[in-house]
Amino acid sequence: MALAKRIIPCLDVENGRVVKGVQFVDIRDAGDPVEVAKRYNEQGADEITFLDITATHEGRDTTVHTVEAIASEVFIPLTVGGGIRELDDIRTMLNAGADKVSINSAAVKRPEFVKEAAERFGSQCIVVAIDCKKVSENKWEIFTHGGRKPTGIDAVEWAVKMAEYGAGEILLTSMDQDGVKQGFDLGVTRAISDAVAVPVIASGGVGNLQHLVDGVKEGKADAVLAASIFHFGEYSVPEAKEYMAEQGVEVRI
Amino acid sequence: MSTIAVIDYGMGNLHSVASALEHVCDSKIVITSDVAEIEAADRVVFPGVGAIRDCMAEIRRLGMDRVVQKAIAEKPVLAICVGMQALMAHSEENGGVDCINLLPGNVRFFGEGLTDATGEKLKVPHMGWNQVKQIDHPLWQGIEDNSRFYFVHSFYVKSDEPSLVRATCEYGLSFDVALAKENLFAVQFHPEKSHTAGLQLLKNFANWDGKA
Repeated sequence: MALAKRIIPCLDVENGRVVKGVQFVDIRDAGDPVEVAKRYNEQGADEITFLDITATHEGRDTTVHTVEAIASEVFIPLTVGGGIRELDDIRTMLNAGADKVSINSAAVKRPEFVKEAAERFGSQCIVVAIDCKKVSENKWEIFTHGGRKPTGIDAVEWAVKMAEYGAGEILLTSMDQDGVKQGFDLGVTRAISDAVAVPVIASGGVGNLQHLVDGVKEGKADAVLAASIFHFGEYSVPEAKEYMAEQGVEVRI
Repeated sequence: MSTIAVIDYGMGNLHSVASALEHVCDSKIVITSDVAEIEAADRVVFPGVGAIRDCMAEIRRLGMDRVVQKAIAEKPVLAICVGMQALMAHSEENGGVDCINLLPGNVRFFGEGLTDATGEKLKVPHMGWNQVKQIDHPLWQGIEDNSRFYFVHSFYVKSDEPSLVRATCEYGLSFDVALAKENLFAVQFHPEKSHTAGLQLLKNFANWDGKA
């Protein structure tokens, strides 16, 4: 008996539509985030992360409705990230049915925001997302603006600080690896997982199922997040879990 | 039509509990802190998220401690997560907080340096899907023993009265994740977030007459 390592499909959503495309064989509207979330729920995903990349204010209302629609049909945890800048943004998403929110650049801009958020809503619903790049051997730096802007902040030190400020979980994305399909950056995943007491979700770079296993076994991640391998039907969530179980990883089947 | 009241004491999102209940039963679901409405309901859900000190302050301010106590004497009540912890005698969280004291036992911190049997470090909060070892109760009907439920908590319950324990879980140590007493069933996990097994438990609750 042990806690299962979680598998988390991630949806990038813009103006109420899943972008990057999702290709399930028997799904009518592949761009509808509610349909996609329901499918992952049926497949046995352990959580769903919904990353809102909508730029406009009007579009944000659409996002709230989408979150409401998902939450009324999907009975597994739902994390919403993207554009979370104020306590009101968090309240709006939680009221819409999100279980957790993911805070990224707003934390870099003003770290106290994480503290205020955790005090107001509880650490259990505050995820801090960290986007980093490797800058030298065993050294990773936080980048913002889609990886274009270096911040000079050390990723491991930042993770420790965010956990101290009340983050209940760390969502770690290696921007070197993101989309390259060469696997997670296991070095930074391991370094952060060893340094903090809270769970770490590894993200960025999954190209095959062994990468998920490596993230857990070598990176010591508590959960693995992936988008494209699931979206394009290369692997289903049950296939991923079966493979991980064969490799000795505790999963929920 | 029967009614299930979900007690709202202002501590976070009750949408999930309400929509999961709506999904599994025909009862009318009301999210409320209105005493009359809770007293009129056929069943009551006592949820909770967040830190215990803030929760207890709001529970007492709104008189929900007395409302829950009265409800438990009269009709089926399901307490979830911090709702369960609030029913214990005392919690270690926030430097120590006295709770409602309807169930004997305390709420303790998992602690730093928690490890599994192989010495591997365990993260706190205990977050994710863990196996629940059942002890006979009508609310487990149709749910396989050792099914996984979704947890997120840093403090755990240990009952002083072993006969009340209706499920346990392991995470570096063994702790109580379901307690039952007369009309009350209290769980540490989130049935509303636990997919098939969780929905079955909520369905069982919606049909439960309150007797063990």
